[in-house]
Parts: sequence; structure tokens; C-alpha cells
Amino acid sequence: MSGVRYAMVVDTRTCVGCAACVIGCKTENGVADSYARDWVYTETAGTFPNLSMTVRSERCNHCEDAPCISVCPTGASYYGPGGTVQVNQAKCSGCKACIAACPYGARFIDPNVGAIDKCTFCVHRVENGTPTTSCQEICPTQSIYFGDLNDPDSEVSRLLAKREHYVLMPEAGTKPRHFYLK
Amino acid sequence: MKRREFIRAGSYGVAGAALLGGVSSNWYGLYGNPLPDPQSDGDQVIPSFCELCFWKCGILAHVKDGRVIKIKGNPKDPLSQGQLCPRGAGGTGLLYDPDRLKKPLVRVNKRGDQTFEEVSWETALDEVAENFERIKATHGASALALFLHGFGAGWMRHLFRAYGSPNIAAPSYAQCRGPREVGFDLTFGSGIGSPEITDMGNSRCIVLIGSHLGENMHNTQVQDFAAAIRNNADIIVVDPRYSVAASKARYWLPIKPGTDTALLLAWMNVIIGEGLYDRDYIDRYAYGFDQLREHVKPYTPEWAYPRTSIEPELIRRTARVLAAARPASLVHPGRHVTWYGNDTQRSRAIAILNALLGSWGRRGGFYIPSRMSLPPYRYPGYEPADGEAADRPAPSDYPLADEALAQGLCEATIPGVRGDPKIKAWMVYGSNLPTTLPNPEQTYQAIQELDFLVTVDVLPAEIVGWSDVVLPEATYLERCDELRVASYRQPFIGVRQEVVPPMYDSKPGWWIAKELGNRLGLADFFPWKDSMEYAKLRLSMAWLDCDVLQRDGVILGEPSPLYFDEGAVPEFWTDSGKIELYSQRLAGHGFDPMPVYHDDELEEPPPGYYRLLFGRAPTHTFGRTTNNRLLSEVYAENAVWVSREVARKWGLEDGERVYLQNQDGVRSSFTAPVKVTSRIRPDCVYIVHGYGRKPKQLRFAHGKGIDDNELITRYKVDPIMGGTGMNVNFVTFIRASDVTPEVATDVAAREEVEA
Repeated sequence: MSGVRYAMVVDTRTCVGCAACVIGCKTENGVADSYARDWVYTETAGTFPNLSMTVRSERCNHCEDAPCISVCPTGASYYGPGGTVQVNQAKCSGCKACIAACPYGARFIDPNVGAIDKCTFCVHRVENGTPTTSCQEICPTQSIYFGDLNDPDSEVSRLLAKREHYVLMPEAGTKPRHFYLK
Repeated sequence: MKRREFIRAGSYGVAGAALLGGVSSNWYGLYGNPLPDPQSDGDQVIPSFCELCFWKCGILAHVKDGRVIKIKGNPKDPLSQGQLCPRGAGGTGLLYDPDRLKKPLVRVNKRGDQTFEEVSWETALDEVAENFERIKATHGASALALFLHGFGAGWMRHLFRAYGSPNIAAPSYAQCRGPREVGFDLTFGSGIGSPEITDMGNSRCIVLIGSHLGENMHNTQVQDFAAAIRNNADIIVVDPRYSVAASKARYWLPIKPGTDTALLLAWMNVIIGEGLYDRDYIDRYAYGFDQLREHVKPYTPEWAYPRTSIEPELIRRTARVLAAARPASLVHPGRHVTWYGNDTQRSRAIAILNALLGSWGRRGGFYIPSRMSLPPYRYPGYEPADGEAADRPAPSDYPLADEALAQGLCEATIPGVRGDPKIKAWMVYGSNLPTTLPNPEQTYQAIQELDFLVTVDVLPAEIVGWSDVVLPEATYLERCDELRVASYRQPFIGVRQEVVPPMYDSKPGWWIAKELGNRLGLADFFPWKDSMEYAKLRLSMAWLDCDVLQRDGVILGEPSPLYFDEGAVPEFWTDSGKIELYSQRLAGHGFDPMPVYHDDELEEPPPGYYRLLFGRAPTHTFGRTTNNRLLSEVYAENAVWVSREVARKWGLEDGERVYLQNQDGVRSSFTAPVKVTSRIRPDCVYIVHGYGRKPKQLRFAHGKGIDDNELITRYKVDPIMGGTGMNVNFVTFIRASDVTPEVATDVAAREEVEA
């Protein structure tokens, strides 16, 4: 793909799951009460006292092959700048087909608008001269990275070249643009 | 938490303003899709500093149409460095909390009945002043006690000192970090302070003992902790619970609660026995090494094993890891350390271990902080105290306490506890005593004995319901405050500014103190027009420009050398002028001059009971934030952490609701869900502090989860400095399904029961 390919990388080594990303996103994006566009996931493995735990900040994966877009009957969900997955709320009928299609639970109906809401990768910032998403900006452990996968010198490209990483549910075949460093 | 769960947890629907869907100039795509633009950037961006916790991070408040839309970190501020924790980001949840105190209130019925009349500030302040004058005339100013917490408290402290009362206590001392300050002061001649002088970002090895960074979100510390992880520092976490920090560690030592000193002594035994300590550093700076070497000889890892449950080989290995990284090897002093009543000695053991590693004054250990010099405002001198300090039975008790003991002032209010009560009235500033001081029954008893109780607060906390007069303070976003002169690696001065005017009829603390001062004949102590005039004058005395401070939020000073090898002066303000491994001062007061592990000090839980441990959630500063709409969405209530083994024994299901009941038969007012987990030892349970709030006026927090403090009916007082060890209570489970539901008791209902 040509042009810019936006991606997010979360370092699970340093993420403490504090949810600053959640609160920062809610106030930046005016997310409806009781809803959030990002969240913290914690998974513990092993038995006492031989335990390991993964903590990570999650959100829309901005898939390259996004089922939410292919199922959307009105064209409200679309590929936006840098290949991000966006929603035009004016076109959204609130049918929730995309909620069912999304393997990541990233979408919800904004009760104030009656249309789909979800993470935008803060395109209103990154397309307008602020290089960071709001979750990245606020993160006290600086575990969130954002940038252009097509630029080999971007921080996200360099981290992915250097560090072991994974995507969530690769078996869903959606080609997520959201990566987690081990 | 998955978002779906999150939605479920927070499904009490309150419609908010829709900020989405504004018209944007950015258009994209074939069909002219507008890019989403929440338009949340402020027309004005005002720097200030946070008060959601007490770290005081620099913030940038975005104001639009007179409303604070969002709060970001101030990149110029050395503490936030542009980042914020969730609480700081959620400050608007406090400002726009619908349950805020809105008008001054005066009690009309009996105390605790929660019937108040809204009055003017004139009436409320007159009432306070009349009561203060009456009590001072009869009993002296020392019969007035001030309990305080938070940065704004400085104005009230000033008022009380001017009025002549020495009885000013912050529970953050005897209920929190006091033992650490005393333990380190006895050893190195200085305390740890806040922000802690830990140089974690440069550490190669960090030991956390019960300190759960990452769940405790003191911003810069967590930033430094993350930096240490990125630098591949070896992290060793000693905690009965597999904390988030433990999940980042190379070694997790799930220690038996209350035995940390045994582990610390065994580490010393290995580090000295194997010659791994910093010999040159000890020779140069330390006093009492020979005594210490002899002292720790019996404390072998094999001795420690049955006490701590940590295997000898693991104790040896971790001791070697610690020593290999020295001096960039930090045994973190913790912050909330009032656990078992022997906490000063445990803090001493931590300090001594750091001395053996040579970490004090060294990169990756403890840096030497500095602060900018700012002359004090020239007030008339405070009069000598009108009466005696009442926080201890006798001056010889708790001889090394260097601040007043909050629980002591509470005891001195109750007749019979120490003869005639010396304290007749309280002013309580930002400190919710029923959830702060251990044994809340005693606190309620003291409150009933008072002649007068005035509270200055933002929210209707428990203490507010018991007050005679309630003064609603403006939040940190609506007021200016004292200047922040930080003692830190980068010295700086910070300013708190009025981001938006005070809502309702709330007033800033400086105004309240000044108005009271005027009524109490103390006008000379409040000669300034407002706190900004005060700040400007102080800054001008140091040739600093207030306009720059207001524009940037901070003024940075010239950093001093942080480490001995970079020119910091190795000065130790102890009796010997050296690092005291052996403390003559402790010996002089009849205490162990070097930490001793006393087997008989630790009580075992009765059968079917588990030690109650408590800590923090990252989105909360105890009960101060649990009613914050934004923050309570993420952690709406606490859960009771129960090990799988114990849950199996009791047949407890994950998510099942239980009450906790303690060894004295006290049952929690509310229930919480059980969290069945591998992440905790089977001899203890854990809950996050600050939940189980009683006031119904706190709509988001009321009745959610369990208040640990209700169950802390016992505490063990540190004989050295009077800290209240609170991890000495045991609880058992009562299934919610086994209890006939009753109306949850709030303060008013309690009062009827007691009457």
C-alpha cells in the first residue's frame, strides 16, 4: 500500500494497566458516559507462586481487512487517512452489524448520537499537526507508540523490526494495525 | 477489564453532553466523509498543578466557553513531564461532580443527623469564629485541633499557628509515611520526602517491598519505574500479592505478611557474610559496622525461611543480584508503611541495607535533592503556643515522632482515654477522618464529645455529615494556592491558578483562612489581598517573574549535583555525622539500636480468618476520588482478593458478593464481589482502600464495595514514633446471600443506633 499506513504499538513490558489512556481518550474525544474507546486487559497465567501476567491497553485494531467495513450496509464505516478505520456517524443507521462483525469488541452505539463510536486513532490530531494520539500523549509509562508503518525510520517500524511482537486474534484474518510488544 | 465488562460495570446511565459530531474542516474519502473532530482543544490553555493526589503534577487545563474540557500534562513541569496518571486526566470529574458541597452549611439538629441549613458565608464564618473564641477563652487555643491533608491545607496551618494552637496533625504522618521518614532520618540524617528521592530511572536493580507502583500511580515514580524496566533493571518484588509490579519483576517473593524485617536481616547476613557490601563506602561514611556484622550473623537465610516462607536459595540469589548492581541498587523505602507497629525498625532495616549497597547519594540509588530559595512572606512572628501539644500521653511517649499524631489528637478528645480531654474542637481540612484514622468507632466517639466541629471540604465525605459547620471549598481548578517550592532533582517553583471561577458558593482556602483570621483578630497574618498578590510579592523577593510562572506553570532552578561523585556533599545530619548502622539515639531511648526480628510480635490469624491487607487502584486516591464519575467508571467498586485455595475451601465463586467480618465481630456495611485469584497468598485477603462510602449524597460511590477502615478496629502503635500499624486485623467471609438485606447504614442511621 502506498502513502501513509498508521499503526499503533503498545509495549506490554512497561504498560501497568493504569487506564490513563482510557480517561485521556474520554476527555479528548468526549466519549459518552459509561463508554470508552479503549480499555485495559489483564491476563494471568500459571499457578501460585509461578505466575506470569500480561497487561495491555487495547482499542480498535484499525484492521487492513476490516470486517466492520465489509459488513456495513450504509458505507458509514470506511478506510480513512493512513488506512485507519473510521465511522461517518451521519451515515450510520445504528444497525450494529459491525458490532457483531468486529472480533475485538471495539465498537458501541453512542447513546447520545444513536450511531457507532469507536477509536479513531485520533486522526483529528495526527492529521492536523499533533503527532500523538491522546492515549499516547498521556501514558505515564510511555508504553504507547503511533506512527507510519510505511516509513522504515518511524518509531513503530523500528520497534517492530527490533522487538518480538504479536497482534490480537491473528486467526480472524483481519490484519490488525495494532501491535503488542512482548 | 474488557470494554464490554466495563460497559456493564458502568451501566447506570446518565446522559452527558455529546461533544462528537461537530462540523470539521477535514473531509476525507470518495463520499465526502467528514473526519471526526471532537473539538476538545481549549480556547485557553492554563497551566496549574494537580490535586487528585498529592504528587502535584503540572497540568494544562483546556478551557472552552468557560468550561474545563480536558486536562493534559504540562511538558514543562518536571514532575508530569507532559504525562498524567488517570486521576490527573480525570480532574474534570471532580470539578463537575454533581454532589459537590455548594453552600456553607450549619447544623440544625443533633450532631450526625445530617440536617443542615444553607447559610451565607458571613453567618458560617461568624459561627466558626464565635466558637473558636469561646473555646480559646475557656480552654486556651490548644484545645483546638486541626486535621489536614493536601496542598491547600497550608493556609489553615498558618491560621492555627497564628491563633496559638500546636495541635495540627496530618494523618499522612502517623497513618502513612511517618515510620519511613523516621527510619531513614535515624540512619542517613534525612528523610525521604515527597517526591521520593529515589533515582529509579538509573537503577540497575530495584527492590519493592509491599510497594505496588503501577497500582499506586505517583506519576514520576511510575515513569521512572517504566524507565527501569526499559533499561532491563533487575526488579525484585516482595509482596504477599502478585501485584502489577511483581508481574514486571525478575523475582517475586510472595512473603508471609509481617515478616519483611526477617528477610531484610537475612539479606544483610548474606551481603555482609559474602563480603558483597560496599566496603569503601561503609568505611568512609558509616558508623557501627562491626556491631551490625555481629548483629546479623544469626539471621541466616535458613533462619529466615520458616518465618518468611522464602526459600534460602532464593534469599541468597536475590541478595547477590542486589549486590551485583550496587551502588545503582535501590531498596525502595515505600510510602504507606504503617503496617505492623514495628515499622520504624523495618524502615531502618531498609535504610541500613541501602547503606550496605552504598546507594545513598549515588546514581541509581537515592539522589540528593535541592530546592530553589524563596524567602518566606514576612508575617509577624507566631505567638508561642497557647497550651501544650495533646497528641501523646506524655512528651516521653513516642519520643522520635517529629510530627503530631492524628490518632493521638483524636484520643485526647475522648474523656477517660487520657484523663480530662484536652481537645474541645476540631477543624478538619480535606481529611475524611472516619475512613482515615484506624478504629472509626473511636473517631465517632471523639466527634460526639466535641464542643465544635468545622469541616472544609469539596465533597460530602463522611466527616461532613458529622460537622457543625461545613465550609465548601473551591476545587484545585477554581483556586490559586500557596506557591509550590519543590525539593526535587530538578528544583522548581510551581503555581496553582484559578482555571475557572469557583462554582456555586464555594471559596478558595486562602479566602476562608483570611476571613477567619480577620474575625479572630489575626488580620496582621493575612495582609495580602489574595493569594496571587501574596505569590507575586514572594516571587519578587527572589527576583522571579510571576507572569512567567503563570504563563509556563513552572520556573526551573539551577540543578545541584545529585550524586556524591558529581559533587554533592556527603553530609549526614545524624548524631555521629555518619550513616548510623547502629543508632545511639534509639539505644538511648531504650529501643533496639539495630533492627531485631521479634518472633512474638506477629499474631497468626484465627482459624477461618485471613489477614486483611489493603492498597490502591490506579484510578483512585482512596475515597477522595471514588465519587469521580470518570474514574469510578473504570473501578466502580473494590473486590475481595481471595486465593484459589481459600475460595475452594469456602466454596466461594468468582464474583459472588460477600461481607467481611473481623476478629472483633465488626461486619462491613456493604458487600463486594470476591475475586478468586492465583495472585495472592492463602493467608491474607486484599481490598483497595477508599470504597464502601456511607454518605448517600455521594451518588457514584455510595455503597459500592467494602471500606477496609471499618474493619481496622485494632491497630498496633509504633513505640518509636507513634505510627499506627493497621495490617493487624483478620477477616472472615459472610456470604451476602446468607444475610437478610437491610438498609445500608449511613452516618445518620448509625447515630440512631448509638443514641
